[in-house]
Amino acid sequence: MKKADVVIIGGGPAGLAAAVRLWEKGIRDILILERENKLGGILRQCIHDGFGLTRFGETLSGPEYAQRFIDEVEEKKIPYITETTVIDISKDKLVTAASKDGLLEIQAKAVILTMGCRERTRGAISIPGQRPAGVYTAGVAQSYINLQNKMVGHEVVILGSGDIGMIMARRMTLEGAHVQAVFEVQPYASGLPRNIEQCLNDYGIPLYLSHTVTEIRGTDRLESVVVSQVDDHMQPIPGTEKEYFCDTLILSVGLIPENELSLAAGVLLDGRSRGAVVDENHQTTIPGIFAAGNVLQVHDLVDFVSMEAEELADSAARYLKEEGLPECALAVETDGNVTHTIPQKISGEADFKLSMRVRRPMKNCTIRLSQGGRTVLEKKMRKAIPAEMIQIPVKADKLDKNSNLEVSVVW
Amino acid sequence: MVREFTCIMCPMGCDLTAEVNEASGEITVTGNTCPRGKEYAVQELTDPKRNIATSVLVEGGDLPLTSVRLDAPIPRAKIFDVMAEIKKQKLAAPVKAGQVVIENVLGLGSNVIVTKNVEKI
Amino acid sequence: MERLDAAVIGAGVVGCAVARELSRYQLKIGVFEKELDVACGNSSRNTGMLHAGFTYKPGSLKAECAVEGNQEFDQVAEELDIPFKRTGKVVVGFTEEDRKNILKFKAVGEQNGVKGLRMIDKEELNQIDSSAGGEFAMYVPSSGILDPMQYTIALAENACENGAKFFFGAQVEDIAREDGMYILKTPKGSFQAKWVINCAGMYAPEISQMLGYPYYPTKGFKGEYFVLDKKAGKFLNIPVYPAPNAKGGFAVHATPTVDGNVLVGPDSYEVEGREDYSVTKEHLDGLIRDGSRMFKEMKRDYFIRNFAGIRWKRYDPETGEILDFLLEADEKNPNTVNLVGIESPGITCALPLARRAVKIIAERDSLEKNPSFNPRRKGIRKFIEMSTEEKKEAIEKDPDYGEIVCRCENVTRAEILKAIHNPLGVHTVTGIKNRTRATMGRCQGGYCETRITKMIEEELGIRPEEVRYSKEGGYMFTGRVREES
Repeated sequence: MKKADVVIIGGGPAGLAAAVRLWEKGIRDILILERENKLGGILRQCIHDGFGLTRFGETLSGPEYAQRFIDEVEEKKIPYITETTVIDISKDKLVTAASKDGLLEIQAKAVILTMGCRERTRGAISIPGQRPAGVYTAGVAQSYINLQNKMVGHEVVILGSGDIGMIMARRMTLEGAHVQAVFEVQPYASGLPRNIEQCLNDYGIPLYLSHTVTEIRGTDRLESVVVSQVDDHMQPIPGTEKEYFCDTLILSVGLIPENELSLAAGVLLDGRSRGAVVDENHQTTIPGIFAAGNVLQVHDLVDFVSMEAEELADSAARYLKEEGLPECALAVETDGNVTHTIPQKISGEADFKLSMRVRRPMKNCTIRLSQGGRTVLEKKMRKAIPAEMIQIPVKADKLDKNSNLEVSVVW
Repeated sequence: MVREFTCIMCPMGCDLTAEVNEASGEITVTGNTCPRGKEYAVQELTDPKRNIATSVLVEGGDLPLTSVRLDAPIPRAKIFDVMAEIKKQKLAAPVKAGQVVIENVLGLGSNVIVTKNVEKI
Repeated sequence: MERLDAAVIGAGVVGCAVARELSRYQLKIGVFEKELDVACGNSSRNTGMLHAGFTYKPGSLKAECAVEGNQEFDQVAEELDIPFKRTGKVVVGFTEEDRKNILKFKAVGEQNGVKGLRMIDKEELNQIDSSAGGEFAMYVPSSGILDPMQYTIALAENACENGAKFFFGAQVEDIAREDGMYILKTPKGSFQAKWVINCAGMYAPEISQMLGYPYYPTKGFKGEYFVLDKKAGKFLNIPVYPAPNAKGGFAVHATPTVDGNVLVGPDSYEVEGREDYSVTKEHLDGLIRDGSRMFKEMKRDYFIRNFAGIRWKRYDPETGEILDFLLEADEKNPNTVNLVGIESPGITCALPLARRAVKIIAERDSLEKNPSFNPRRKGIRKFIEMSTEEKKEAIEKDPDYGEIVCRCENVTRAEILKAIHNPLGVHTVTGIKNRTRATMGRCQGGYCETRITKMIEEELGIRPEEVRYSKEGGYMFTGRVREES
């Protein structure tokens, strides 16, 4: 059995950033396990630009952004193994992975969960209808088109206004496909405003809010979809059905943190974020197991993924040096306007960064953090939308050590 | 004339309002939170520019395609002309990120550059 | 023209079972299937129950075959190397009327020879499965669960290994009789056959007519299903059925699968379209409502897929009564065996029906034993089911066992390769899925589908446009983004 101070599960933007920062903090016995044949994670297929503005101060494509970290990993000679899939993590931090060289068992002192997320599927949202070929999630279509040089179709309808869906609308248009429309079941877009502008508006692709696909038609290949308007409870309104003839339906209906391995390790998950419950150190409920990036909470920008992983690495390095971290006994509680927060636990004795999303678009609102009725801080926002992750730095000197932190939005 | 946009300069996506003074042609921008927002609004009204990303065939590489982008934005109206030029290209492995595929594409002052390394097999 | 001793029409579970039983004899056997794989129709679109046989009319072919098929299945599963669990079943009730109906069919079951049926109270029900709804139940020890797709594939592969040939995309369009032989016209050419066995399922009436039998009236009852995540499967260890109605029909039930998922469904409603397997919002909503009564842990978070099947039944147009399975061989149409109205419990009854069909042939023709017949077939060994030591050993022997292709179901490259090179020559993405479970997990192929299509192209040396999802017209790709030279 091998041993390592830190095993990092996944060599995407979170795992790579954590590895580099750990190295900078003096941790050398690191092992990154990556299932693909190259490092970089999902960024390898995200060829559009717009990455890196926050982290690097310039705008890069996904592969370039990943390469920045890969170059650092290579330069620092941080150990990594590709084409190796982790199949189990025990609560004692024994990591088991499968590769062509055999079954690898590594006893780690600390495990860093950076497995990213997966796409919500047709089955998960139960779209009625038949089951022809031609229904792809946006990420799968992106992989076929950008990595495998295979075109998935020509007459396209997109369900869901997630960022990848809108990016694929533009991508397919550039490659000669005709994207008829994007339909979103919510009354607001789930992706970023800039993508509505530069991926849809630029190409004359309409976005219909409060609409959804209510039937998929076609026996062999997709022939058409029926789209209906939905009411305030997101239920289809009879009589509003309209048929769109198409050979391809792209689904961009949400991302789900990929936490099967976390569950195997006994890590407690938060039903709201669908990621691990973590404290201000990004430590999960199992000491020495940490999580960051899209496996923890779905981010809007990769820059924040890497930055979250860097913060994690600072804590993990401290965990290794001090053989443990202080307890975080205070809960972070939310009101109905907040979907979730990271962290869910704090000590009240250290600075931390609060990440959160709002449940619905709000204008001129105030995010209030309070403890036992006492306001800790307030952040005024001209607009807050569910598509954007909000980050608020919180200073320890504003906190007390005795009461839970409440996060609410007033508008 | 008053126009509203969502700024695309960064992911903040500020809601901009630009007002053009009919007489002087002067443009007033509100809603931006940084100077680039104003630049963007003025640009959108006078000559909208965009970057694009797509793929170029690579022969003899460990991947069939490399990804490319422009190193400076081009007029939005030229997107499909530039796409047509990029589609004609073919590279031989190895290719390196940063490598120029087309210099000064269509004389627009922008280079098409590789964004992904592809190794030779 | 290729000459066959026996032409089996339809590669559902019954057709494959008939082919397998025929392959015990020295015969040239051809199986004709309009789709690109076996079990594309209702053989795969059901609950995967090995039924005990307590709801079928005593003396009926259904009752007789179900009890026979149930009793022998441990041996069948062992021979064919397929997953099977004799879980038992609980038929749960809430009301006195439920109790009355359960007791009625308990008596029917006992008359049919179903062993071990007994009533249990709520306490015992909770001990058996705490996620099961109901105030009391009948416990049915002999019921079991299997994967109907794997079962049909296994029957077909075993038939194939014993000499039967399978023709896919080969719908029988016409049957003529010339010089004492049948001529079957298909898109794959015409074939001469001495014997024809009609196992065409929903299309049995059409084939029946082509052979000279009546066009039997049949009608379809569709049922929709939810497939739930294996996380839900952790709760449920026994099929939970509601009390039957007075006619012996069951409403929505919850059933664990041999792979650890849970099926919720089917409901039942009459449909016109023969192959309309679409699912509908109205019925899915109904499943959520009714399914929660059977399985207390049912929730939306567990949904991974939906599907529908159609129980295509023979009925009496005068009375509307649903009729028994029909198995006949009329001398007016020599050398034919006609099977019509084979619906639920068709999986349980497939081999018993096949033996009866073969017996008819053996009585009228001189059949010679196939000396090399081997009843055993080996399935693809699953990485996920191996112990740690077995995994290590498997990777050492074949490094492809160390490459995980489907991360939800831990399906390895070795398994996908074996599936691509399956004995039947099936090459669809769905075919690979049904042979390995790749893409069947909670991400539904989000990770592995791109890898599987690439492997299909590489292994078979075909272009992306030639890859098929499940049907002939179900292309996955329209071409290259950039044309490769």
